[in-house]
Parts: sequence; structure tokens; C-alpha cells
Amino acid sequence: MREEIIVSGRANPFIDPHLNIWHWQIPLYLFLGGLAAGILFFAGMYTIMGKEKVYPTAVKKAPLIVPFLLVLGLIALFLDLKHKPFFWRLYTTIRIESPMSWGAWVLMLVTPLSFIWAAINVREIFPKWDWKFDAIKKLEAFFIRHKLILAWIMVISSVILGVYTGILFSAFNARPLWNTSILGPLFLASGMSAGAAMIMLLSKDHAERTLFSKIDIGIIAVEMFLIVHMFMGFLASTQVQIDAAALFLGGPYTASFWIFVVILGMIVPVVLEVLELYKFKVPVLIPAILVLFGSLMMRFLIAFAGQESRWLY
Amino acid sequence: MASRRDFIRISGLGIGGLAISASGYGIYKNLAGTPIEPSELKVDITRTPTYCEICFWKCAGWVYKNEEGKIWKVIGNNEDQHSNGRFCPRGTGGPGMYYDEDRLKTPLIRTGERGSQTFREASWDEAFDFIAERMKAIAAEYGPECFALLTHGSGGDYFGTLVKAFGSSSIAAPSYAQCRGPREVAFQTTFGEGVGSPERIDIRDTRCLVLIGSHLGENMHNGQVQEMSDAIDKGAAIITVDPRYSIAASKSKFWLPIKPATDIALLLAWIHVLIYEESYDAEYVEKYTFGFEQLKAHVRTMTPEWAYGITTIKPELIRESAREMANASPAVIIHPGRHVTWYGDDTQRLRAVAILNALLGSWGRRGGYYVPEKLTVPSWPHPEFPTPSRSWKDAFPDQYNLAYETLASGICDATVPTLSKACNFKGWIVNGTNLPKTIPDRRKLIEAIQNLELMVVIDTMPMEVTGWADVVLPECTYLERYDSIRVSPHRKPSVALRMPATEPLYDSKPAYWMAKELSKRLGLEEYFSWNSFEEMLDWQFRQIGTSLEEMKKIGVKTFDRSYDDLYFHPGQDMQFFTNTGKIELYSTDLANEGFDPIPVYTPHEEPPDGFYRLNYGRAPMHTFSRTANNPNLTDMMAENAVWINPKVAKIWGIENDQYIYLENQDGIRSTFPVKARVTERIRWDSVFMVHGFGHDNKKLSRAYGKGASDSELISRVHLDPIMGGTGMRGNFVTFKFEPAKKEVES
Amino acid sequence: MRYAMAVDTKKCVGCSDCVVACQTENNVPIGYCRDWVVEVTNGTYPQLEIEIRSERCNQCSNAPCVRCCPTGASHFADGGIVLVTENKCIGCGACINSCPYDARYSHPGGHVDKCTFCVHRIKKGLDPACVATCPTKCMYFGDLDDPNSPVSTVLKNRKFTTLIPEAGTDPQLYFLM
Repeated sequence: MREEIIVSGRANPFIDPHLNIWHWQIPLYLFLGGLAAGILFFAGMYTIMGKEKVYPTAVKKAPLIVPFLLVLGLIALFLDLKHKPFFWRLYTTIRIESPMSWGAWVLMLVTPLSFIWAAINVREIFPKWDWKFDAIKKLEAFFIRHKLILAWIMVISSVILGVYTGILFSAFNARPLWNTSILGPLFLASGMSAGAAMIMLLSKDHAERTLFSKIDIGIIAVEMFLIVHMFMGFLASTQVQIDAAALFLGGPYTASFWIFVVILGMIVPVVLEVLELYKFKVPVLIPAILVLFGSLMMRFLIAFAGQESRWLY
Repeated sequence: MASRRDFIRISGLGIGGLAISASGYGIYKNLAGTPIEPSELKVDITRTPTYCEICFWKCAGWVYKNEEGKIWKVIGNNEDQHSNGRFCPRGTGGPGMYYDEDRLKTPLIRTGERGSQTFREASWDEAFDFIAERMKAIAAEYGPECFALLTHGSGGDYFGTLVKAFGSSSIAAPSYAQCRGPREVAFQTTFGEGVGSPERIDIRDTRCLVLIGSHLGENMHNGQVQEMSDAIDKGAAIITVDPRYSIAASKSKFWLPIKPATDIALLLAWIHVLIYEESYDAEYVEKYTFGFEQLKAHVRTMTPEWAYGITTIKPELIRESAREMANASPAVIIHPGRHVTWYGDDTQRLRAVAILNALLGSWGRRGGYYVPEKLTVPSWPHPEFPTPSRSWKDAFPDQYNLAYETLASGICDATVPTLSKACNFKGWIVNGTNLPKTIPDRRKLIEAIQNLELMVVIDTMPMEVTGWADVVLPECTYLERYDSIRVSPHRKPSVALRMPATEPLYDSKPAYWMAKELSKRLGLEEYFSWNSFEEMLDWQFRQIGTSLEEMKKIGVKTFDRSYDDLYFHPGQDMQFFTNTGKIELYSTDLANEGFDPIPVYTPHEEPPDGFYRLNYGRAPMHTFSRTANNPNLTDMMAENAVWINPKVAKIWGIENDQYIYLENQDGIRSTFPVKARVTERIRWDSVFMVHGFGHDNKKLSRAYGKGASDSELISRVHLDPIMGGTGMRGNFVTFKFEPAKKEVES
Repeated sequence: MRYAMAVDTKKCVGCSDCVVACQTENNVPIGYCRDWVVEVTNGTYPQLEIEIRSERCNQCSNAPCVRCCPTGASHFADGGIVLVTENKCIGCGACINSCPYDARYSHPGGHVDKCTFCVHRIKKGLDPACVATCPTKCMYFGDLDDPNSPVSTVLKNRKFTTLIPEAGTDPQLYFLM
């Protein structure tokens, strides 16, 4: 028998009995960030492809909620900080090796960008919107002229935002569950899938919905592929990673992961969307909400399970 | 989540935050390790000398205060032979005792029933008047001899003077009959001197340390643990005899996993091997001992094979370990243990230990037992004490003649009236000892207390014993007061000063002040005729060539020995304080009293089916029950656990960290549940717990209800007929999964 | 200059003096600790062995906590000691997640705290509090670049390990076997 105990009784809050320093704020922010990234990506991509008029929800309507999503996310992040008066220190330096620093700066870029994009498209919802001030009207005109450049910046920064939410975790090799480079692409895919689902939800146009439904199916297929390979990677890796994977393969997170994230969040929506493609009547609400839910749950479960996985003791 | 992985068990609980800002102050050594000379140190007003009161080792150290003048930390005094500049975890956690907000704050006078812990606050005057009045009443009706002092701590000096001046000689420390008494008597009858405290063992230079009944490393005798580490560095062999795989066992060359209660058989077998393989120190034995032929004849049949059947230790292991000892002779120590009151034949067991030491020639030799020297410091002049007409011994006619100190349990017994005689004690002063967790057989203790007409308790914390008192007097901690000079026997004689680092908190006061105030009301002021305690200390220091002022700067002063007699010189003639003038392998004292002159193995009761022997011991971060509320120390260990062998746990379906109740052979169930630690380190026929937990006084906010009390489960006491020691390891427990049902009130 | 610490597991008895000394010296709040003692028991009665380790921040040379800090609050100081500048720390917890030894904790004041090798003491030429107080003298501290320092001497003469070297952090806390 092997017995390993801390005889001096370590009971540091948030550290023991297992790490729980990040609570709901971080996974919520990661979800919102991923969702925002997905929406902005499609908005930018279809603008570049010149399909603004064909997919108005994707390009104009859906991005209107992104500023709110990002502000909510930033608030959640701020709430997570334990030394709040010093939050501004994040913006006094750029540390390339720190994904968190990247994230802070990317958000600095994406948030205003999303505000601008929302501003220039506000007439999708409020056709009679008037900016009142001349300066702002001039600015709006300027941005509309350079919409293509904006779109390119949006595409690139939304990809960075989406990937960074995963890389943030995978940079921590101290948490064996996160120590896989698949996490970055996985979170990006999840974010895009959520974005596509949201666009599907908001769209009134059948052709748009069908397109994003197909995109969603494709992305989910990629996600499942990534998940399978993530687990294969863990199981073929060191003991700590095998134990980390065990959290989802018989451990306390098994049921919630496979049911909420995989079945409800991926498989069922795919099935429903495929059925819809074959002309069965499925209220579009269901698969969209399920996808969003699955994406949120994945962030939560990986955040909590990751903190439980460890090298020592 | 089951897998081959290890998982962590965290044995402790945290509590709220306490943050003090502080700055650092320089101390003694630089990285190269050379100590800075005292003359280079400024008189540092933020550092004051003290000696620790948390256990009896009394390590001298320095108390540091921070910029705000609050106590910051306590560290060791480099010059001190007890600590060598390094305090143990309890000493380092001393500030916790000072900052503990559960401390006693004002004098209390009982309003409810004894044991109900209901008091009202009183002024010091009121408390003293109450006490003095009752004391005089007791003296008038029964005689002053009916007053006793039970003490463990510095305050014993002053209350001792008071009680002796009052007319009684019944002053007892529980550390005698409840702890080290048997070994003192055993060594006194063998060598003519006791072992003393600190134990006079030369671990630093030993080549073989035999621990039988000592779990050094878990019990934190500071100097001994330090010297054991030195010995390990020098390649000394450690031999541990313990049914449990103690920390010392893990550092031992030989670990003898002995069946509990069979130690005497092993010791006799070792003696047999040394004698019959002729590996004992023949020259030493020839010159200094008496009774060798009787001893040789006595152990003729006590072979390792015989011992194997009793102890379950293989004969080859017994022989090998004996040879290891013999090879190291005379630099070998059979450790005398500390708490040795186990089965009732403990004096005899320690006699065997003493005999073994004598055969190996370790007494008085380097690496064995050195000759300690203690300074003689004159006491402040006072009138002669009155001679009491009777003492506690009168309650036990013809018994315990060899007990050279007073038995606390004897006083307790003598407080209960019996059919044949009226009881002997009517009043107790209890200073710094938590009797319910010290004296075994709680029922008898409570019966005794109920017969008292006055019980005064002096303590720093609201320990269980305070609930039974008529008057509770709050003592300030050692960090807040002066105390008598520490005069300890050691390799070199030394003195140490304790001075206050800060004013006492709340309305607590030092014990010397209490004794002096009481003396005024009893007409005994001449026994405390100093104007201030500092005056007395300074006078005493001047008698030995220093002064209070100097001592405040250096804390400890070490003197040279009067003679070069730390060890015997080769061929030196020695007289020992025994009847024969020699080391008595055959004890004439014991023979005269009608006891076995050479130890004999007697089998002891074994646990009945489904029961396991209750073994208890120490943890290095706690001292008895007194530190169980110290915030620094509970941070590390907040509760104890009961160690259970995995095979046993499997039978009972007990899992690690599961909370269970323990019930002993007399049907007494533990008040609180205790966590189970399923570990391979304990034998399948016993369980182990650290002593001092399971506090049931709610005023101890951190200690209340944490862990279980082993004292509660020690209801069966095996009295040592030689000196009255109370053997406590003859209790057995079984496991229960519910608390005891409360009795239905009719 | 590269500071390091070595702990002799053969002599350590698990008394946890290092934990209390650190707590009083550095005013670590009650309920928190910067260092701790781990006891590992292997085997079946009576074939048993115990290893005891006094652990703390390993002051890694390749510290992930410094790498991932977004504000630069976690930084390398003289001798390779990893320190946290309180007024730069935003309490994001990234460093806590990045430490494979779980050596950091969130101080009630909001910033992140951990063992500092008692940098305030070593500047004055003293040992860290834990090393200075250890009753078994089983802890050694010093400059690895100085061949005569206590830690260099003891590492020359004894076999040693570090904790999870495969995590790639290059820890500077050595355990003598």
C-alpha cells in the first residue's frame, strides 16, 4: 500500500483539497468569447466573400449582440480577479509568452471592433437610427467605406480570439487535462459552432439557415474528431494524463461530459439538423439552443475538471 | 476515480485570516554559518529573552516584536544547550498561545454545579478573598495538611512555596505517577540516581541508540531530536522496538515490531544474549556492579527463542540487534523513555532497561549516559516551612516506599473517602495541568473533585479542568511575564531568564503575583518578602556572578563544570547512591520491599475478540492537550485520527477518513467521532491515536469536538505496586458507528 | 548566482517546524501555508519505509508561473528567486493554475503569495526561516554557483531527486535520498 499525506495539514483556500481557483466566471467568459469569435468570423468572412445581401443575419444582425456578449464576458473576467483595483496593470505591458496577456490585448482589439461593426449595422434592427452628431456620422461613413478592411481584421482577430480561449488552458502544462494542443482548435471549433448556431437562431431566411446548419454539421464533425483524438492522446500519454482522461472515462465528470457536451451538445443537434435537411420539420430553436448549451457546458466541464487534474499527490 | 495513483489526504482544517504586517530583523548567522559574537549585537529593544513553557523542555529563546511592538516570532537562543538556537514547532508556534482569543481573561467564580462550566466574572480581590477564606476554613477544621497542589509548569514554584508555608507538603506533578515515575525509581534503585529531565543521554556521541518505548521524532524532545539527527549524520545505528512503524523506526537499522505488552521478555532476552555471548562490558561490570551472578542465573532460560514465542520477534533479529549494541558499547544508549506508565510492571521494565545499560557500560560514559551538572542558585530568603504532621503517604501506609516524589494520582485517590478512613485532602490548587486528560479513570477523578471543599485552578486557557473549579484564575502566558530562573541539569550548568515581551493581555496575571497576593491574605507574606519579582531575580543572579541586566541581553549564561566529571574516567573508583554503593543489577531495595529484585516477565491481558489495544502517543506539533486550541498549531493538525491496520479496516468495512466512534472494554464510548487513518504502519492487534484531542469545553473554539479523547477511554488502570504509577495501556477499544445513546431521564 | 535549497529526507522527522516558522516569520495568515510536509509510506506491515519531504515553491529556473503572468507581477529576482510584486498582481490566478506543485495560493489581500526563500533574510546573509529553525538541521540553503555553499557541498556528496522533473520546470528544491 502506498500512503501519501500532507502531515502539516495544508488547507489553502482555492487550492485544497483540489484546485478550484477559477469558478463560473472564466468558463462563462470563454463561452461568450468563443461565441463572439464565431459570429464575428462569419460576419467578416461573408463580407469578404461579398455575400452581405445573401446572408444578412450573419453579416449584420447577429454581430449586433456581440458587443453585449463581450462586455458581459469582460465583466465576468473582472469579477474573477482577486486584486481588482490593479486590473489596469494588464494594459501596461504585453507579455508574449502569457496567453492571458494576449487575451487581454486581443479583447482590447476585438471589443471596439465589434462595437464599430454593430454601429455600422445598427439599421438592421433600427432602420430609423440617427447618430445625431456630425462627427459620428462622418466616422460611420469612414468605416462603411473601409468595411472590407474591417472585415479582414475581424476574421483574423476572431480566429485569434477563438483559438486563444483554448490556448489559455493548454499553456498550463501543470494541469494534465489541459496539456494538449488540441484544446486550442477544439475551442475555436466550438466557438464557431456556437456562432453558427446563434446565426441560425436569429436568421429568418431559409437559405441562410440551411447554410449555417450545414456549416454547423461540418464543424461539429470536426469537433468530435478532435475530441476523439484528444482522448486517444491522453490515453497514450503519461500516467498523469491517463488519470486526467479518467475524469471523463468513469470519473466524476463522465456523465455530464458525455451527456451534456457530446450527446446533447453535438450528436442530437447534428441528427436534428440532418433530419431538417431531409425536409423533416424541426423547430430551429432546438438544435441551436442545444449547441449553445453544449458549448457552454464544455467550457465549464473542462475548466473544472482541468483544475482537478494534477501531477502530485 | 480509482486508479493506481496516489491521492492526498489532508489532515487539518483552516480558519479565518489573521494578517499582521512586519519587517525583518537580523539574527545570528550568516550563510557561512559563523555565529555573530554577542558583543556585536546591539541591545535590541524589540527582542527579549524567554524560555518556552509549552512543554517541559524549557528551551531558551528570543521573542521578537514587529514595528508596531506586537509579538512577531519566537526563535531559539544559540547559547542554549536545550535548543541550540532552534525551537521545535510548538515553541515556534508560541505566539499562537498569546494571540489565542479563547484565553481566560478574568478571574471566575463558579455559580453552577461542578463540571457545568458556569461561572461569573469576579475581581481579583474577590477571588483571592474567596480562596483565602476557604483555605483558612479547611485548615481550621481538618488541618493545613489537607491541602494539596497539583502542578505542571513554572507556577508550581510559587504555589509550592505558598502551600508549604501554609503547612502541607503534598505537592505533586502528574508527570511522576502518570508519566516518568517508574523510570526514576528503576534507575534510582539501580544506579542510585534518577534519569532526570532533560534526560542525561549523550545521543550526540552515541554509536547505537535503542528506542524501546520512545517515539523520538514524533515526540519532540527538542535537544534529543537534534542530537539524533547528529548521530544519524555520524552513522550511528538506531534500533527501534515498537508495535507501530514510528518515524524513528523508519530511520532505524533494526525495527523490532514487537507484540504489545511483551517488552520485558525482549529486554531479558537481550540481557541473556549479552551475558551468554560474553559481549557485555566485563571490566565495567566487574568494577562497578553488584549482583551479576544472580542476574546471569536469572536469565539463563530466557533465550531469544523463548522471547520469540512471546514477542513474535525472530530470534536472529534479537541476536543481531544485541550484537549491534554490544559492538557500540560503551557508546550505546538504551533510551529510558519518558511516558512509561503502561501495564503496571513498568518499574520492573525500566529496571531491565537500566540493567541493560549497566551491562553495556553506558552509564557515565561518552555516547551513553553523561553526568549532568546543575547550578545551585540560592532562593530568596524566607522563614522555615512548618513541618506538616502528616503527608499524602499516610493515606497509603506501607506502600510506595520507593516513590521519591508525590503521586498526583495518589492525592486524587486520597481525596475520596473510603469506608475505613476519612479522606485526606479537602482542597486542591491545580496549576497548569488539565486533570481530566491527565489522570486516568475519569470517574474516580470526578468523585475526588466532588469531595473537595475548595478547588482552585490556574490556567491560561479554559481547559476542561477549569469547569470543575470553584475559582479560576487566569494566568498570562509565558510571553507576558517574568518567572523563576531556569536552572537545568545538562552537560554544563546554565541559567536562563524569562522576561515579559509585552504586558499581559486582558486581566491575566503572572502566577508569582497571584501567590504573593494570596500570601498576604493568609498571613504568609514573609515567604514572599521581595518587593518586586525583578528585585528577587536580580538578587539571585548576583549570587551566581551575573545580573538581571546582563541576562536580559544574553538570555542564557552557561558556566563551566566544577569538576571534569562529565564522564567517568577510565579506572576511576565510583560510589553510587545505592545500598551496596555499586550499580545494583540485583536490587536490594526492591528485595527489601518484597518485590522481584530482578525483573520477571509476566504476561498481560490481551485484547478480547473484536477489540484492539489502545496505544497513544504524540505528534511533534502538539503538546499534550494544551496546544489543541493554538491557532498556529491547529493550522497543522486540528484533530487526531485513529490508526487502523488495513486488514482490520477491511473486516470492519472502515474506509480511510471515515469518522467512527471508539468504545472501550468497560463500555465507555468516545464522546466525539474520530477520523480513521487506514495505514500499514500499525499492527493488526492495536490502534494508535495522538493524545490530547477530543476537547469537550465549548469555550475552546478551535479544539472543541475535534478528534477523540484517548483519556476518556482509559478507564482501566494498572497500578504499579512499587511506586504507584498508573499504567494506562491496558485498555482495549472496538469500533462503533454511532454516538452513545444518552440515558433516558426519568 | 542561483539560490537553491536541499532537504535531507533521511533526517527529516516531519515535525513541521518549517511550516510554523515560515508562518510567524512571514506573517502568513492562519489557514494558509507557504510550505508543507509530505509523508509517504510504502509497503506492507512489517516491510515498510517512509519518505518525508518538506515542500514549498521550487523557485524553478524555467518557471511557468513567470511565463504566464499577464502583468509581469511574477518575476525572477536576484539569484533566480521567483517573486510576486503585490501591486502589479491582479489576482487572475493564472500562475496558480500553471504551477504543477500547487505552491501558490491566493492571499486574502487579493494578490498571489508563495514562498520567497525569505528574500528579506537572505539579503542580510541569513538563512530562510525554515532552514534556520529546523531542529534536525536537515535543510540546506545557498548559492549553487558557490562550490562551498552548504547546498553545493551537500549536493556533491549525496544522491538527490527533485519533484516531477518531467514537468520541465527545472526546480531548485532538491531532496537528498
